[in-house]
Amino acid sequence: MTELAVNLGGLQMKNPVTTASGTFGFGPEYAPFVDLNKLGAIVVKGITLKPRKGNPTPRIAETPAGILNCIGLQNPGVDYFIEKSLPYLRQYDTPVIVNIAGNSLEDYAEVTRRLSAAEGVAALEVNISCPNVKEGGMIFGTSCTMASEVIGVVRQNTRLPVIAKLSPNVTDIVEIARGVAEAGADALALINTLLGMKIDVYSRKPVLGNIMGGLSGPAIRPVAVRIVWQVAQAVQLPILGMGGIMTAEDALEFILAGATAIAVGTANFINPRATVDILEGIKQYMEKYGVKDINELVGAAWN
Amino acid sequence: MSFCGIAEVVINQKVGPEHYLMRILAPELTRLAKPGQFVHVRCSSVLDPLLRRPISLHGIDYERGTVSLLYQVVGRGTQLLSEMKPGAEIDIMGPLGKGFSIPDRANRVLVIGGGIGVAPLFPLVQALKRYKIKQTVLLGARSADFVVGADQLASLEVRVEVSTDDGSLGYKGFVTDLAEKHVKLNKPDYFFACGPNPMLKQLLKITRKFGLAGQVSLEERMGCGVGACLACVCKIKVASGRCSVAGVNEGAPIDFEYKKVCTDGPVFAASEVILDD
Ligand SMILES: Cc1cc2nc3c(=O)[nH]c(=O)nc-3n(C[C@H](O)[C@H](O)[C@H](O)COP(=O)(O)OP(=O)(O)OC[C@H]3O[C@@H](n4cnc5c(N)ncnc54)[C@H](O)[C@@H]3O)c2cc1C
Ligand SMILES: Cc1cc2nc3c(=O)[nH]c(=O)nc-3n(C[C@H](O)[C@H](O)[C@H](O)COP(=O)(O)O)c2cc1C
Ligand code: FES
Repeated sequence: MTELAVNLGGLQMKNPVTTASGTFGFGPEYAPFVDLNKLGAIVVKGITLKPRKGNPTPRIAETPAGILNCIGLQNPGVDYFIEKSLPYLRQYDTPVIVNIAGNSLEDYAEVTRRLSAAEGVAALEVNISCPNVKEGGMIFGTSCTMASEVIGVVRQNTRLPVIAKLSPNVTDIVEIARGVAEAGADALALINTLLGMKIDVYSRKPVLGNIMGGLSGPAIRPVAVRIVWQVAQAVQLPILGMGGIMTAEDALEFILAGATAIAVGTANFINPRATVDILEGIKQYMEKYGVKDINELVGAAWN
Repeated sequence: MSFCGIAEVVINQKVGPEHYLMRILAPELTRLAKPGQFVHVRCSSVLDPLLRRPISLHGIDYERGTVSLLYQVVGRGTQLLSEMKPGAEIDIMGPLGKGFSIPDRANRVLVIGGGIGVAPLFPLVQALKRYKIKQTVLLGARSADFVVGADQLASLEVRVEVSTDDGSLGYKGFVTDLAEKHVKLNKPDYFFACGPNPMLKQLLKITRKFGLAGQVSLEERMGCGVGACLACVCKIKVASGRCSVAGVNEGAPIDFEYKKVCTDGPVFAASEVILDD
């Protein structure tokens, strides 16, 4: 028997495979393709206090082995989420991690309070790294003091595990990781998208409606693996690794670099069954190479 | 429910200057398919181009278990599709989206296709025929060689009229001009349309002027195709008095909300869509 269970900063998961926020909707979208009970956890789309319309289109563009998106945190707001989306997710025996974002510290505090009082939320993933909104988002994640303040405020308002999702668009991510660890984060999610853009040479205009967008997909994987490797060795917090994971091998690369769990994002768009295929592949790898417990592989590439 | 898996390419042939017709054997998918829906196909088995491409169902053969796609080569993805040989395996997902719905009260219907927008109209025309609803189909294209499917439609014994921008076939001018003439002269009581946004925009001006109700099929760039990523949104009017929860900005005037072309559409009621320039 292979042991797949992991503990992500107090969140017990039956296996290390989760979904990346914003790529898996609120669950029902992929239910025709995936048995949601099989997932280690479900991370839902970023939620804010008030509903958000998001950015104008085009919101997506393709790049070599990657995509740029500028969705702009379109979401129905926390109350709608609690009332309409959570009851659906509660049917499943899979913990729900809610990704949250805000314009101000007070926003983060209020969203945290409302979600903590709701039934069926297992953990909060705090997005301080969205490159696609003018206010809030990444601005919180690129300054060490602001990042720590946001995490501190969330910490004060909840007993749920707090996962800080960091931006790779910074000079020294290890410094920010240390800051949020001190502020009370239980785990880190690495990485959010890399800020990028694309220009149509025929129209001579940027392709995306919001000009810039976040790069995701296989193109960013080496950067993500490097960040997980650096942060995992510097900070004593479990890591939820993501960035371009398409296959079980990709997922294992993150685990060997030091991630306790992994999230599948852009890959869902290409293969709607990517999450469960990756889980199956991890099991096969463990059986083939005689790995009894997945936790043995966490950071196993360090020495 | 939707199918996602490998299917077999039965035919993939050139039918116009940049146009191809692909027939795919996919009984599970076909069984579920309805006019106006689309499939999301992978054009490559490697990571570039990465995303699937949305293509409308152009033909649905419930008996043979095949669907056909009519597509125009406009970039790398469609180029790769055009290179697939009969017998090849294709990774296909669908049917996706909400298709056309046939209104009870329609008696004389106008069906308008611009450019490759004719693709999803075929199964619709067949359905209207089955319901014994009178219809006229208007096809617009750049020039005579870009008119695809007129013969096929004629073989269904429906009235077809063609317009070309350069006058090389049929009426010289835009299909929307042709549509306006028809609306004035024949007083249809419903319409269906698919085509490029500028055409739809002009058409909506006309149909709104004459109070003609209908449905339009929209296009937007897609990621997931299943409603998860929110990439493919279009603007939909919010009925006054109703405060929508889904997607209203703080302080912003409540005039529209973003809906997903992939799951709320691609077909929308003409009265509710807002098309930007
Ligand atoms: C619901 C739906 C149904 C469609 N049905 C058909 C069909 O039946 N036949 C057909 O030929 N095409 C159809 N399309 C358009 C088709 O998806 C695009 O032409 C295709 O994705 C282009 O891929 P590419 O790699 O060849 O071109 P790319 O290199 O990706 O792009 C080439 C050009 O096409 C434009 N484009 C790219 N993606 C889209 C898109 N999703 N919608 C509109 N324009 C796009 C780009 O702006 C660019 O100018 C449909 C689109 C949607 C959303
Ligand atoms: C369309 C799209 C929407 C996203 N929305 C969010 C979001 O709301 N909140 C968030 O923290 N991250 C969001 N992300 C980032 C992903 O969760 C993930 O960090 C990133 O895409 C890298 O993983 P991937 O390469 O596997 O997609 C989004 C990514 C994509 C592609
Ligand atoms: S393509 Fe992802 S929501 Fe429509």
